[in-house]
Amino acid sequence: MSVFSDVPQASPVAVFKLTADFREDSHPLKVNLGVGAYRTDDSQPWVLPVVKKVERLIVEDSSLNHEYLPILGLPEFRSAASKVALGDDSPAIAENRVGGVQTLGGTGALRIGADFLWRWYNGTNKTATPVYVSAPTWENHNGVFTDAGFKDIRPYRYWDAAKRGLDLTGLLDDLENAPERSIFVLHACAHNPTGTDPSQDEWKKIAEVMKRRKLFVFFDSAYQGFASGSLERDAWAIRFFVSDGFELFVAQSFSKNFGLYNERVGNLTVVAHDSKSLACTLSQMEKIVRTCWSNPPSQGARIVSKTLNSPELFAEWKGNVKTMADRVLLMRDQLKTKLQALGTPGTWEHITQQIGMFSFTGLNPKQVEYMIKQKHVYLMASGRINMCGLTTKNIDYVAQSIHEAVTKVQ
Amino acid sequence: MSRPGSRLYKKGVNQNEDPGAHMFTGTTHTAATASPETRLLFTLEKDAQDRKVHLTGKEYYSEEGKTFELHLTGKIKQQLSADPTLRPEYLSSLGLTKFTQRATEVALGKRSQAILENRVLGVHTPGFTAAMRLGAELLRHWYDVNAAWCGPVYLSSPCDDSLAGIFQAAGIQDIREYYYWDDKQRDICLDKLLEDLETAPEQSVVVLAASAHCPTGADLSQNQWAVITQLILRRRLFPFLMLPAQALCYGDLERDAWPVQLCASNGIELLCAQSFSHCFGLYGEAVGHLLCVLKHNSLLLSVQSQADKIVKSLWSQPSVGGARVVATVLSNPAHLVEWQGEVKHIVERCMLIREVLRERLRLLGTPGCWDHLTQQRGLYCCMGLNGQQVEFLSKWRHVYLLPSGCLNVSAINGRNLSYVAESIHLALTTSL
Repeated sequence: MSVFSDVPQASPVAVFKLTADFREDSHPLKVNLGVGAYRTDDSQPWVLPVVKKVERLIVEDSSLNHEYLPILGLPEFRSAASKVALGDDSPAIAENRVGGVQTLGGTGALRIGADFLWRWYNGTNKTATPVYVSAPTWENHNGVFTDAGFKDIRPYRYWDAAKRGLDLTGLLDDLENAPERSIFVLHACAHNPTGTDPSQDEWKKIAEVMKRRKLFVFFDSAYQGFASGSLERDAWAIRFFVSDGFELFVAQSFSKNFGLYNERVGNLTVVAHDSKSLACTLSQMEKIVRTCWSNPPSQGARIVSKTLNSPELFAEWKGNVKTMADRVLLMRDQLKTKLQALGTPGTWEHITQQIGMFSFTGLNPKQVEYMIKQKHVYLMASGRINMCGLTTKNIDYVAQSIHEAVTKVQ
Repeated sequence: MSRPGSRLYKKGVNQNEDPGAHMFTGTTHTAATASPETRLLFTLEKDAQDRKVHLTGKEYYSEEGKTFELHLTGKIKQQLSADPTLRPEYLSSLGLTKFTQRATEVALGKRSQAILENRVLGVHTPGFTAAMRLGAELLRHWYDVNAAWCGPVYLSSPCDDSLAGIFQAAGIQDIREYYYWDDKQRDICLDKLLEDLETAPEQSVVVLAASAHCPTGADLSQNQWAVITQLILRRRLFPFLMLPAQALCYGDLERDAWPVQLCASNGIELLCAQSFSHCFGLYGEAVGHLLCVLKHNSLLLSVQSQADKIVKSLWSQPSVGGARVVATVLSNPAHLVEWQGEVKHIVERCMLIREVLRERLRLLGTPGCWDHLTQQRGLYCCMGLNGQQVEFLSKWRHVYLLPSGCLNVSAINGRNLSYVAESIHLALTTSL
């Protein structure tokens, strides 16, 4: 008798199943608009030129020491990563109350932050503290906070399907009614999956309620630079909250904006009220990391650190990021134009109003099924598409497919 | 018998902050309290003495006192960085397939029945600790599900102290010790070990070092393993085997994994955590692997899907760089030969240091028997010194051992050998 006899099969994660199905499909015109990774106009993954350059520098550097990294990670990476989020001239950094923990990607950053909050946040009420995630959100948010021990995970209103935009009233209402000290996971920019971000004014309103209700701010920042092409613009919300006096966490991922998907480069930025609290917090996080992966991998962090810390390489990187962002913006523009030209019913403004990798097309599940089964265009059941999957070669076919789905399927 | 824990923290710097400063208003908290080992490390770093000798590190150190990557590793890294077919894409949560296949083979042997019957799960993890953590989580959630199993887990005394924390982080609080190292014998005391395991409740998990026991360096012999596997079967215990420095004892990946193969061939379900950091000099690259040998292949998909789920909320997927190097070497006979040569050098140097140290102590007339130095193998060694003697060494001679009296053999070299030997001699002969 096996001791694992009664283990049930866990359900597969939708987005990876989608890619698996896509791979098995032999249709010549098939298009994958599922998984969130950048693709060139030739539908290929892209190694950023600056990354290639820095990789060679590292591999040829014979002075590199080959020890384990410290538990909290490569120091020059941590400081550069936090700086990129908060800005060079951030007063919080100058006041020594900002720290970073190098993590295994954005997921690792979320997990360490969640583990810390579960142990140390909100006095004796820790486990019962509600964690709010947007409706909808990246599905792994739920998994991470659940596995960190939180029992009460709730949605906050976010996407308004009828108007295809932000449900600000609902959002503010949920903030207002959340128990004090609840934890809120906010997308810093390029909301996944809707691509819809609050405007600056809307962020200010959100901040006002959060401050009054003493809610905890946990930013997920996976697309800095990638969304608008500008690092500063994509970090505006984070920087505003910091300047407004909030203590907060930022889970940063460099997977997309450096194209380092499989090197797992992330940073958990901690902004504390003062440097002593920061030190205590980092010391506890170190204990948490010690029982998780102990010492993070160095390769990706070295690449990012070298790039961010060299003015020349930094400028080159910004150019590479803009290249990616610009291609996405172009595809958005073209898709909208083509749908309008086809006379596809409905308004398609949201395609260019939304930002980042993803777009919530507004297609319903039946229409999505049509797209996949009849047209071999793969997208999420929610109607989410990855704009990076669009190319000048397939955009006509995709626009045509959407047109058919909308006109033939209700 | 319990001993103070022995941690091989490399760079943990916990500061003994006063609790009290507010953090996230409304919380009560304390700064992480520093363990004896952490205080030791703190002292180490403050110590300005030129003659200080750190023997506490976890990595293999060269004669020059540095960690290094194998020449072959450097070469492969160059090759890989020039390879245009390598794509920056997300891996599966379970990691690089080529790597998990090789890692599984070197633990179980290519012709393993379990592999042939497709009842082995291999998960590429970001390092050894991550492999232990994943194993702990799997056990916590899925081991003997109907009995709502939640421990106990037995750890050797002493052991790497991060182990207890890892199981606790996974939600298993019932952690116990089994007798392992005996100071007087300067070896494993099998009788007492068997006694402790005999009284362990059925379904207990027992964490055993397949080789390169950390921190003592004392490994069970093949005969002792034969006895232990019979006990495991009889008492229905679950072995969680560790290979943290695979290949560093005999220079042979498979030989170090012999106990894993013994358990598997006895039909025992097991977990095994492996690391390839040491034998490839890939310390910073987090190259770990968790093996799970199941009784039936019908269970493979379910267990795999649950492991996948756990990984997704911990680190999502592992990092690929180091694993690519290992997979490349292990898949290529020519590379393997070259690799074997470099590892042999490391292993022989460790043996040589042990011999020379033993000889020095003999010449100095240091009391006690030091045979165990050369009977045991690998990176770590327990000197059998008590707490006071260890403190003497750090305070008066600036020679740093772990509080348990264990040390990293490779950190001894031509420049510090005499001083270290003298210091040990003084520690044992000075009346304190």
